[in-house]
Amino acid sequence: MAVAADSSEKFAGYAHPERLVSADWLEAHLSEAGPGRELVIVESDEDVLLYETGHIPSAVKIDWHTELNDPVQRDYIDGAGFAALVGGKGISRDATVVIYGDKNNWWAAYALWVFTLFGHEDVRLLDGGRDKWIAEGRAITTDRPAASEVSYPVVERRDDEIRAFKDDVLAHLGHPLIDVRSPEEYSGERTTAPAYPEEGALRAGHIPSAANVPWAKAAAEDGTFKPVGDLDAIYRDGAGLGLSGDEPVIAYCRIGERSSHTWFVLTHLLGFENVRNYDGSWTEWGSAVRVPIVTGAEPGAVPSR
Amino acid sequence: MTETTLPESLAEIRDDFLALEQRERLEMLLEFSNELPELPARYQEHPDLFERVEECQSPVFIFVEVNDGIVQLFATAPREAPTTRGFASILVQGIDGLTVEQVLGIPDDFPNTLGLTAAVSPLRIRGMTALLGRTKRQVRERVAAA
Repeated sequence: MAVAADSSEKFAGYAHPERLVSADWLEAHLSEAGPGRELVIVESDEDVLLYETGHIPSAVKIDWHTELNDPVQRDYIDGAGFAALVGGKGISRDATVVIYGDKNNWWAAYALWVFTLFGHEDVRLLDGGRDKWIAEGRAITTDRPAASEVSYPVVERRDDEIRAFKDDVLAHLGHPLIDVRSPEEYSGERTTAPAYPEEGALRAGHIPSAANVPWAKAAAEDGTFKPVGDLDAIYRDGAGLGLSGDEPVIAYCRIGERSSHTWFVLTHLLGFENVRNYDGSWTEWGSAVRVPIVTGAEPGAVPSR
Repeated sequence: MTETTLPESLAEIRDDFLALEQRERLEMLLEFSNELPELPARYQEHPDLFERVEECQSPVFIFVEVNDGIVQLFATAPREAPTTRGFASILVQGIDGLTVEQVLGIPDDFPNTLGLTAAVSPLRIRGMTALLGRTKRQVRERVAAA
């Protein structure tokens, strides 16, 4: 770990408190941060222009649509692409990366998950994200940091540990699944998030036996993560996850972005050891031939094989 | 059947975008975003008149006026949604003062011709296509009601 963790009391209850930093911590470390340095701040938003309207001083931008996705195949960039991307942003392999973004860190968590696919060790989220930082009147700027390209090794993407594919989900049926979409998407009333564009799934509903816990339940009103006790109540008591030891869990949503947020909560805040994010999610499952689907508000039974 | 022709005002905006490098195109979109006119006072008190464009990821609301065959588009979107504001601003500025026939004749794929697909992503461009579609529909409704 390049930069010492934030020892805030609020984080102490989480399984991996070093995965979060508070705004106070980041503000105190701003003078050490920047491309090419030990600490690099990354903004990752849903809106591709939001960074340009003002961002945390020295932060670089990574856009999920145009930079993390392969432009042709439905997949993430490969090891060479990742090395070129993050090296170009001034992020070295041993740098501490703090990611923040809009909408309760929705897309920031997605970027963090992609960094983890490439085994980048020290990657953290700014608790509360962009909105809280700005609401508290902390420094923002429209100045781009001076480019400082560094060499980043080409690391092969590891898809086996934290990523699930459709066949993995089929083989997983019978173990806990968590559907983090809105209740309307889960029940099958609609295939897209309320007020979101149609991204094309031919059928509506959810994967049999999946518990429905909309992703934003993990966030408090100010956009920070809820305390560990509240998260335990939501995910363990409410959704019944992790009640039987280290059983594997798969999370999904529509394209795998909201479920990366839940993946972060389960893995880093609650300490689940075996959580995978199914990034194909509903836009794949809801259009796939002959996969089981349940409609309505109940999880439904695991289909017999 | 309306003839499909890109009005000069929108063709100029398109050509301005296409003359730029990818990153500069984003900056120009941000300029449009900052230029989205405030709603006139008569509409500021009437959010009920505005139609939400559901296909956009961020809330954007539009309202079309047709006076003596001339179209005016009003749009409002939050500052936290600069891309959506930029899309709306391009249409508001490009459509201002056009005739009904000219607006209905704007090619539906105009948003895809701005050279923003790589910088912004095709999925996000869909929001602008929906804005244009809903604008045209409102124009037809105003004409039919007149």
